[in-house]
Amino acid sequence: MSPTSPSHTSPRNHVKSRRVSAVRTRGTESPAAAESHLPSDAELRRLAERIVRLSDADETEVEIDAGADALTRFANNTIHQNVAERNLTVSVRTVFDGRTARATSNKTDDASLQRVVAASAALARSRPQQPSLLPMLPKQTFPRVERYFPETAAATPQDRARAVTRVVGIAAANDQTAAGIFTTGASVTALANSRGLFVTHRQTRAEFSVTVMEKDSSGWAKANSPDIARIDPDELGGSASRKAAASREPREVETGRWTVILEPAAVLDLVGSLFYDFAATAVQDQRSCFNNRLGKKVMGDNITVRDDVTHPLQSGPPFDGEGLPRRKVLLVDKGVLRNLVYARATAKKMHTKPTGHGLSLPNEYGEAPYNLVFDGGATPAKEMVASTERGILVTRLWYIREVDPYEKVLTGMTRDGTFLVEDGRVVGGVRNFRFNQNILEMLSNVEQLGPAVRAAGEESFEMVVPAMKVRGFHFTEVTKF
Amino acid sequence: MREWANLALDTACARGATFADARVMDIRLRDLSTKNGEVGNLAENESLGLGLRVVADGCWGFASTDQLTREGVQSCAAYAVAIARASALAKRHDVVMVPEQAFVDTWQNPFIKDPFEIPLEGQLALLLAADREMRSVQGVTLAETSMQFRRIEQWYASTLGSQIHQVKVESGAGIVAMAFSGDEIQKRSYPSSFGGQHELAGYELVESLDLVGNAPRIAEEAVALHSAAQCPEGQSTIILEGSQLGLQVHESIGHPIELDRVLGMEANFAGLSFLTLEKLGHLRYASDIVNVVADARLEHGPGLGTFGYDDEGVPAQCTNIITAGLFTGYLSSRETAPAIGLTRSGGTMRAESWNRLPMIRMTNVSLLPGTWSYDDLIADTDDAILMETNRSWSIDDHRYHFQFSTEIGWEIKGGKKGRMLKHPSYSGITTEFWNSCDAICSRDHWTLWGTPNCGKGQPMQTMGTGHGAAPARFRNVRVGMAFAKG
Repeated sequence: MSPTSPSHTSPRNHVKSRRVSAVRTRGTESPAAAESHLPSDAELRRLAERIVRLSDADETEVEIDAGADALTRFANNTIHQNVAERNLTVSVRTVFDGRTARATSNKTDDASLQRVVAASAALARSRPQQPSLLPMLPKQTFPRVERYFPETAAATPQDRARAVTRVVGIAAANDQTAAGIFTTGASVTALANSRGLFVTHRQTRAEFSVTVMEKDSSGWAKANSPDIARIDPDELGGSASRKAAASREPREVETGRWTVILEPAAVLDLVGSLFYDFAATAVQDQRSCFNNRLGKKVMGDNITVRDDVTHPLQSGPPFDGEGLPRRKVLLVDKGVLRNLVYARATAKKMHTKPTGHGLSLPNEYGEAPYNLVFDGGATPAKEMVASTERGILVTRLWYIREVDPYEKVLTGMTRDGTFLVEDGRVVGGVRNFRFNQNILEMLSNVEQLGPAVRAAGEESFEMVVPAMKVRGFHFTEVTKF
Repeated sequence: MREWANLALDTACARGATFADARVMDIRLRDLSTKNGEVGNLAENESLGLGLRVVADGCWGFASTDQLTREGVQSCAAYAVAIARASALAKRHDVVMVPEQAFVDTWQNPFIKDPFEIPLEGQLALLLAADREMRSVQGVTLAETSMQFRRIEQWYASTLGSQIHQVKVESGAGIVAMAFSGDEIQKRSYPSSFGGQHELAGYELVESLDLVGNAPRIAEEAVALHSAAQCPEGQSTIILEGSQLGLQVHESIGHPIELDRVLGMEANFAGLSFLTLEKLGHLRYASDIVNVVADARLEHGPGLGTFGYDDEGVPAQCTNIITAGLFTGYLSSRETAPAIGLTRSGGTMRAESWNRLPMIRMTNVSLLPGTWSYDDLIADTDDAILMETNRSWSIDDHRYHFQFSTEIGWEIKGGKKGRMLKHPSYSGITTEFWNSCDAICSRDHWTLWGTPNCGKGQPMQTMGTGHGAAPARFRNVRVGMAFAKG
């Protein structure tokens, strides 16, 4: 894959930077237990207060991110990479006379902390005043979310290797080849400021992804959860293995408008591209597909979308980059675009209330919803297939990029399990397609919805979405496999 | 810092590692941006840590830490060995690497002006001036500018005996004008997409770009695109300008030649490659005027893939990838080189930071210049579409089928550049496309473009790569499919 997002400071990278983490070691030689490396809330508070005391700014904000992550990677039925990282960063934002800037470091000795505070101050003092800058927030009250599972944090390289060995065994028993990852980790984020705000969020993360290959076919499955108990590598490996077997000797079928059954990962990677379009700043900047469309019907009656950090299948902190509680926002109600999300400054400019979706300041993007939840339906995938006279069943999509930002046309490829459906049953694999599809049109053509699940893809961060059966999906070309 | 790397090696060996190499990296970043006349992002970031790669029980382990103390480094090394031993639970064979010499050396890229020594006020003033110029054009609805600077200091040590110190300074800058009207958002970027041009260079790069001077032109083009004709759908001759062709090289040559991908190591994420091993030395990848190299040496230019040594201590090299149209080389590492009979790595292993494992990355994968002058190329072309500046890019996971669109296009009719076209796009199959190349412009038109955001690996790593290219012509290419109504 490559290149990735065109900007190092894009909203998409904000979410990555908040979730990819790592943590400082305390001298243990144990290869287990990410949790043993995470600082306590008391330690985080002391560090934040120490930094605030070093600053002579009008206002000072401190964000501390610490984490320990490990990833076991396998290919050709063996482990070929096995890595672990620990890191702690402090990020300091200072404000002088309406000017603000940020400096970040992973060095926490006294001299380095003084230097990062001074660097932030020097940057802030050298810029013009920012009229839209608001005072930092005082202490807040946050919705409670529980996303830290000790069993996930305690996972060892041996635990991951044993699971990989079982999955590789499933593939090998079927004369197949498996590749994938099993990653576990824990992280903590603290946000504090000189006006008395202090909040932390502690979270674990487990993810298993597997591709099983045969000579001319492949299958894929992936799951992601804060709770390792919800990850079943054997089930995922079995599913990928069955898909690889079922898609042998793929045939080429014609391009054009097709009825498609999109599994949740495929739905996620398509609708995930909409997340920044819901930002009020994107609309204000006239780069959103929702420009001039607030209050209008933009999707079908059966599509309702919320941003809800408290949803049980969601992850992430219940506060935004400025420390404001994230509110539940109804974005699309039965196809009508009802609301956007607003950072504090954006809300003030647009004469409305902030929703708690602001990015860390300073930034040019404003805000974004990172906890999208699409309402599901009641149609199981099997029923979608059974009710389809002729269509394509899609497991996964790949290399999705925006062709037209206002009509929201995306291009990309199918991958790792693309099947022809005829007369209500899957009849075999097909060569992979390129699509060029207007996503708003797609979401207006949804015929059936499966139950909403926490979906994991490769092009978008995790969201809660259902499988969808869609009419008129536009496949424009076919590749050679 | 060297002592921390050596302590990591000693500890790993004491714990039973049969090979180890360590990198201490100290990275400093500065990001500046403006939007519609206001400063947007304004941030500095520094990161220091150690990453240690070991082989124990015949398997790989990697651990990293930000705690550069005796206790922290020893703990990290013990962890790396423990991870390697866990890898052995699923071992099929021992890790084998081609030999490499030990090097004791220091390397730094040349630059004239240290970007971190340039007053911030001046950098912001330049961006705001370009921003102002773009917004002075009626119809522009969004103006954005940015600069990025990075200084990477690295100490590498290995149990082979290498001790290598490298310092790299990178700079990048660019501007974007957008115009929303009706039901279209049109966009123009200068000098390229992805934040502009990026080089292994100092602030002199930014000064050479003339962002302010080019701002009105691209702003006017963004507005003019609204009244331009739609790019047609069908088969056409196309001419790609340099930065778009650089990205074409990146996607349809640079990635398929990564030997780790070819050998299945990236199958779960980045995918495989159509360039299976039997094609080496046999496949007519391109027409016979096409020559492509992977060249990390300084003499190739100040590219984002230029360095003294890669991240497993192998000196920078030049590998012939396509020679007169024939496929002749892969990007390799010490572990993958034996698969193609090499006795030495091609020197392409790089890691994003101290907390990431080195992997095969493109260096400067460049299309070598041809012989045509740009004016002669246009004059020689009866009917074509000239496409400039990438807007979208996508290719399948075996690197066969691609589709690109660009920000702007022009008709070429009767040897002359004609009317502007909006929504230009083209698609094709990699080898068919490269075999249709019949003209490449000369070195006078050749630029070593920087792609700062190449993503690969799990966990994902973002890396800068270089791609030299001059405008070139391709025959009988499918155009317009991105906007086909179907």
